[in-house]
Amino acid sequence: MSTAALTETKSAPPVEKIKVKVDGREIEVPKTMPDPISGKPVPTTMIQACEIAKQEVPHYCYHPKLPVVGNCRMCLVEYGTPALGPDRKPVFNPDGTPKIAKSPRPAISCATPISPGMEIYTSTPGVKQMREGVLESLLINHPLDCTICDQAGECKLQEYSVDHGQSASRFVEAKVHKPKAVDLGPRIMLDAERCILCTRCIRFTKDIAGDDALGIINRGSFNTIATFPGMPFDNNYTLNTVDLCPVGALTSKDFRFKMRVWFLKETKSLCTSCGTGCNTVIGSREEKIQRYTPRENDAVNGPWMCDAGRLNYKWIGRDDRLKNVLVRGQKSTWTAALTEISEKLKNAPAGSVAIIASARQTNEELWLLSKLKAKLGAVSDSIARSGAEDKLLVSEDKNPNTNGARLTGICYTEMGINLVKIADGIAQGKIKTLIVFGENIIQRAVSNEKLRERETISEVVDEHGITAELLAKLDALIVSDILPNETTRLAHYLLPGCAHAEKRGTFTNVNGRVQKFMKAVEAPGDARAEWEFLHDLVFQVTGQNGFATMEGLFNTMAADVPAFKGLAWASLGDTGVTVEI
Amino acid sequence: MIVNRKPLTFWERLYLPAIVGGLKVTLKHAYATLFERKVVTMEYPEQKWAVPPDYRGAPYLVKDQEGHTKCVSCQLCEFVCPPKAIRITPPGTAGQPADRTNAEKMPAEFEINMLRCIFCGFCQEVCPEEAIFLQKDYSLVGSSRAEMIYNKEKLLALGGTHAGVQKWKLKLEEAHAQENFPVKP
Repeated sequence: MSTAALTETKSAPPVEKIKVKVDGREIEVPKTMPDPISGKPVPTTMIQACEIAKQEVPHYCYHPKLPVVGNCRMCLVEYGTPALGPDRKPVFNPDGTPKIAKSPRPAISCATPISPGMEIYTSTPGVKQMREGVLESLLINHPLDCTICDQAGECKLQEYSVDHGQSASRFVEAKVHKPKAVDLGPRIMLDAERCILCTRCIRFTKDIAGDDALGIINRGSFNTIATFPGMPFDNNYTLNTVDLCPVGALTSKDFRFKMRVWFLKETKSLCTSCGTGCNTVIGSREEKIQRYTPRENDAVNGPWMCDAGRLNYKWIGRDDRLKNVLVRGQKSTWTAALTEISEKLKNAPAGSVAIIASARQTNEELWLLSKLKAKLGAVSDSIARSGAEDKLLVSEDKNPNTNGARLTGICYTEMGINLVKIADGIAQGKIKTLIVFGENIIQRAVSNEKLRERETISEVVDEHGITAELLAKLDALIVSDILPNETTRLAHYLLPGCAHAEKRGTFTNVNGRVQKFMKAVEAPGDARAEWEFLHDLVFQVTGQNGFATMEGLFNTMAADVPAFKGLAWASLGDTGVTVEI
Repeated sequence: MIVNRKPLTFWERLYLPAIVGGLKVTLKHAYATLFERKVVTMEYPEQKWAVPPDYRGAPYLVKDQEGHTKCVSCQLCEFVCPPKAIRITPPGTAGQPADRTNAEKMPAEFEINMLRCIFCGFCQEVCPEEAIFLQKDYSLVGSSRAEMIYNKEKLLALGGTHAGVQKWKLKLEEAHAQENFPVKP
């Protein structure tokens, strides 16, 4: 995968650089670049050289992370190489510059390797005419569906037609019609008419997702993308083909006819469905999340993300979200509830408080909780969540911030080992106050007898003995969550929190990459970002202050937590920084 | 800019000649109305004004000659509308399919806030489906703000029919024709 390719280039010895000219400007380009699939060095192509020179070459079938096929012909450029005399020695112009022998024919820049002294011409009249011709051919059988096409607004065919095409069509014959709204799989709808046969989707699913599900059937202008009859296109990465599709042929069933893309506000965010922490863009309109799309980060997810993570956004807009601050079931205000809680915590004897924080909280929130923990001498832990992993992106750890919980000191390397201690503490009456953040602890609670039985049989760590009966023994159960559950119903103090899309913060992924995410939509009702009210609470209990903003909070945390030493909110950038874990 | 006023002439400073001149116009119209029946005003609510053909009145949605919704919910009018008077709810995945064959899509809801509308005609100009037209209604009344937000049903009822090229239907016919070989152009 791309991540493998990246690490390889880092460790490999520096590659030889060669000089080429792009539109008259000389640049230095590495002689080889890693192959997107195998990671082995392969000769640099003209389109890569043009990209380094920041000279855009329009293309459809070429994609930097996919194998090259060179079938769309959109990236045709003219080029020349230093001329050689009959003696195989370079020929020079009278002014001493090497004489360039221009190639009589153009070449596709995606598949032609560069050579020393090569000159690439991307904007000659000939190249412009070729682009116009290629676009005209592509548009011959392309329906003018833009009004009902989901891709409109982010369609490469639209964009290149405006930039490089003709303003009117000369084609008067009937267009070839192909099937529309073909059900390819559970998440994908195909409109065969719109397809320009670039085969990006075929290459992606074969070479990246490892599921050779798609192919081209029929002949000539009746060419159509299809699956084997009766075989659905249903691997966990199918929706990436929708992003890859330069036109509106492959559309997401989830996003189909939902919103025109030009209305979407795009916010840089992260996927929270597993520990990988894929970089995403949240598309939202008027405080409603419409879709997630992957954001390129070669250190984490490349340009891809899995379907499960991509579709895991609907819970954020659920109607039954927690919207009110509740004190013993009665509606209250933030000020009243926080004052009452901080009084309680301040007077609590050492060791009488326990904290169960979720590894779905951000680094900052977990750090603030660790400050409370230090002040109160509390026992703390998180709840592990595991599931199936795959070879590409999905991690076995289903918590987005397991390493954050470890590094801030909320839990030990093995998450969940303190839960027994907390359960015993409550049972013996030592622990009187329990603070629970973002976890429905009852859900995985089993009675003590059963737990003992189970621990001898298997190694289930995410089950524990904190049952509803135990919770009833507490003096104060302080719960913050986003959605209602059994634990929130038992809470004495219920503090409505925010989903990651409604606040800012950072997560530390399974590989120790600290990445930040931004706020896309407003939280419903009285719900407040956890770090905001935790900051108030920490200030009232410990007197520690100095971080009224997310930037200040992160920087204070970075100075305090050894693993985050030297980090600053601003230096994280959009793609994050890897720390030692 | 400073405008220099010419000083009044002696005749103008006399004041009365201008009064008499004005009265003359009044009396001329009074005479024409009373004795020659040449009316220059209109008994408005009872009498209606002949609206010129290129008048830009309220925008309404139109139906095609078969009585189907022409709008495909492309939301270009919503995008272009300067006062943001238009609000479209797209059908989404589970929404109703278009009532026209082959068009795939029609709005689940289409609202125009007539209090916001400035009758600029951008929506009509941008519409790729010839589905919205500024029509001749100029007197829009309602007893509440909510009443002045016209929904899809109301807009379609008021808009009437606009016969035009039925491109989606033609496309389907063209596609059906290709199912038989040899393909006829």
